[in-house]
Amino acid sequence: MLSRDGHVARRNLLPMLLQNLLQPLLFVFVFGRIMTTSGMMRPEYKTLLLPGIMAISMVLSGVQAVAMPLITEFQFTREIEDRLLAPMEIGWLAVEKIVAGMIQALVAGLVVIPAGWLLMGSGVNLSFHQPFAFVAVCLLVAFFSAAGGLTLGCRVGQTQIGLMFSLVLAPMMMFGCAYYPWSVLKAFPVLQIAVLVNPLVYASEGLRGSLAPQAPHMHMAVVLSALLVIDAALLAAGLNRFHRKAVS
Amino acid sequence: MGIGIRIEDLCKVYDTPPPMAARAGGFAWGGARAGRKEKKKKYEVRALDGISLEIRPGEVFGLLGPNGAGKTTTIAVLTTRVEPTSGRVFVGPHDVWKEQVKAKRLIGVVPQRPNLDFALTAREILLFHGAYFGQTARERTRRAADLLDKFKLTDRADHMVRTFSGGMMQRLSIARAMMHDPEVLFLDEPSAGLDPQTRLLLWEIIRDYNRLGKTIVITTHYMEEADTLCDRLAIIDHGRIIAQGTPQDLKRSIPGGYLLRLRFDRVPDQLMAELRKLPGVTEVRSADHIAADVYADRGGPLIPAIVNAAQTAGADLHDVHIEEPSLETLFLHHTGRSLRD
Repeated sequence: MLSRDGHVARRNLLPMLLQNLLQPLLFVFVFGRIMTTSGMMRPEYKTLLLPGIMAISMVLSGVQAVAMPLITEFQFTREIEDRLLAPMEIGWLAVEKIVAGMIQALVAGLVVIPAGWLLMGSGVNLSFHQPFAFVAVCLLVAFFSAAGGLTLGCRVGQTQIGLMFSLVLAPMMMFGCAYYPWSVLKAFPVLQIAVLVNPLVYASEGLRGSLAPQAPHMHMAVVLSALLVIDAALLAAGLNRFHRKAVS
Repeated sequence: MGIGIRIEDLCKVYDTPPPMAARAGGFAWGGARAGRKEKKKKYEVRALDGISLEIRPGEVFGLLGPNGAGKTTTIAVLTTRVEPTSGRVFVGPHDVWKEQVKAKRLIGVVPQRPNLDFALTAREILLFHGAYFGQTARERTRRAADLLDKFKLTDRADHMVRTFSGGMMQRLSIARAMMHDPEVLFLDEPSAGLDPQTRLLLWEIIRDYNRLGKTIVITTHYMEEADTLCDRLAIIDHGRIIAQGTPQDLKRSIPGGYLLRLRFDRVPDQLMAELRKLPGVTEVRSADHIAADVYADRGGPLIPAIVNAAQTAGADLHDVHIEEPSLETLFLHHTGRSLRD
């Protein structure tokens, strides 16, 4: 039964990666290369940006990897039914979806590092001196993006995919502290507090903290515990949604 | 062996609108919210209203009824897709809602609308399905090839299913349901939208499978399908069982079940009056001036009297067609409505 995780993930991997990676990589190129090389941004910005881009691409691909197939499979064609009828608890199917989403999120995130390096040219200072924190943050981020995808995918109908992007994902990306560290929001105190509900904030800050500790970032303990709470909440919400959707 | 099914006093009330309808408001969130609470209370559909059934091991059991009668909901509850409001269902020894996993192992489901995995080819669908049920690679490769062959899909086996015609999808759905060799096979309106030739193939396949001692549950609104295929039937309307038994028993239970369709060169009023007076005749209808439909409790024995009546009235009898008691007339008898309404 576990072998299916791999099948389902592999089936969607290539187009998904293309879909999710293009945008972050364009961002890397425009902000990381054009803006810095032309002198509009300071070169240190590259180091600041890359973990943020990585967070975005992990979250985006995690959410999409789970939500998109779920939305189509729960359409009136009910493609998912063959798997709901497989002899196992249907909760496991949701877990399987999360694992598949996590794998895609991790791959998408890890691909950004070398790709970003290539595109940005020199001047990126990433350190891997905190491998444990890095792995922990990566796993937690992948998990919440996949579980969030599960929740969204069970909640949103096919007609509202566009709406989901503009209402949920776009503000999440913009206010996710991916393009700037959280500390610069000091100038906007209300915003600084408001963005704390955004899980992407912890993702970018966590990755920044583990990859580029010289850049300003949140305390790692705060990041990790916030991610844990978000993971648990989204997992519960996602499973609940999934059950409601699968069994009427 | 073989596995029976027991349904005890099953009720299902949908108290929230189906998901699609609930989102009809879609973009107008604010406005829709306010009105939604009231709407919710009004919405109540009683899909199943106390259904109890016993399906014996190894029989072909038919659920017959018009659209919206509750056939599909019954199947959905039996196959763990819809949670009942009250009542219990058993597949073999397993309470479907307490031992889902064990029950799911025993059943194969052919849904009303093909729900094939559009991202896969026909062969992959069967292989993955076998894998979900824990078959070994060799076993599922062999079974998939056998089934593709049996359902005449071999030449398209490695094409994506989204390019398949409706009939091919239907055949593949059935092949998939048989892939894990289930003890009970559920078919929800399997012949809807199939051409007569494919339908015959389908019936043959179902009979073959039944011969292996498997239990088959089929829903349909086609009379002849229920009649030729099923050992026993339950007729369902508005979530209740209105009659059950073998097709023969059910038909025998209709009073005045015969229909004699007569054609004359003309039908004068006198002839209509004569026909109404014949023994055993319950009703005579004439749609135009050359035909008459006679409902009676007997068929052939009435012919000489009809010929006499025609002579008396000065009409020539051109054609006689006797319809035996049918499930259609039975449904009419029980509900006052035709199945096709």
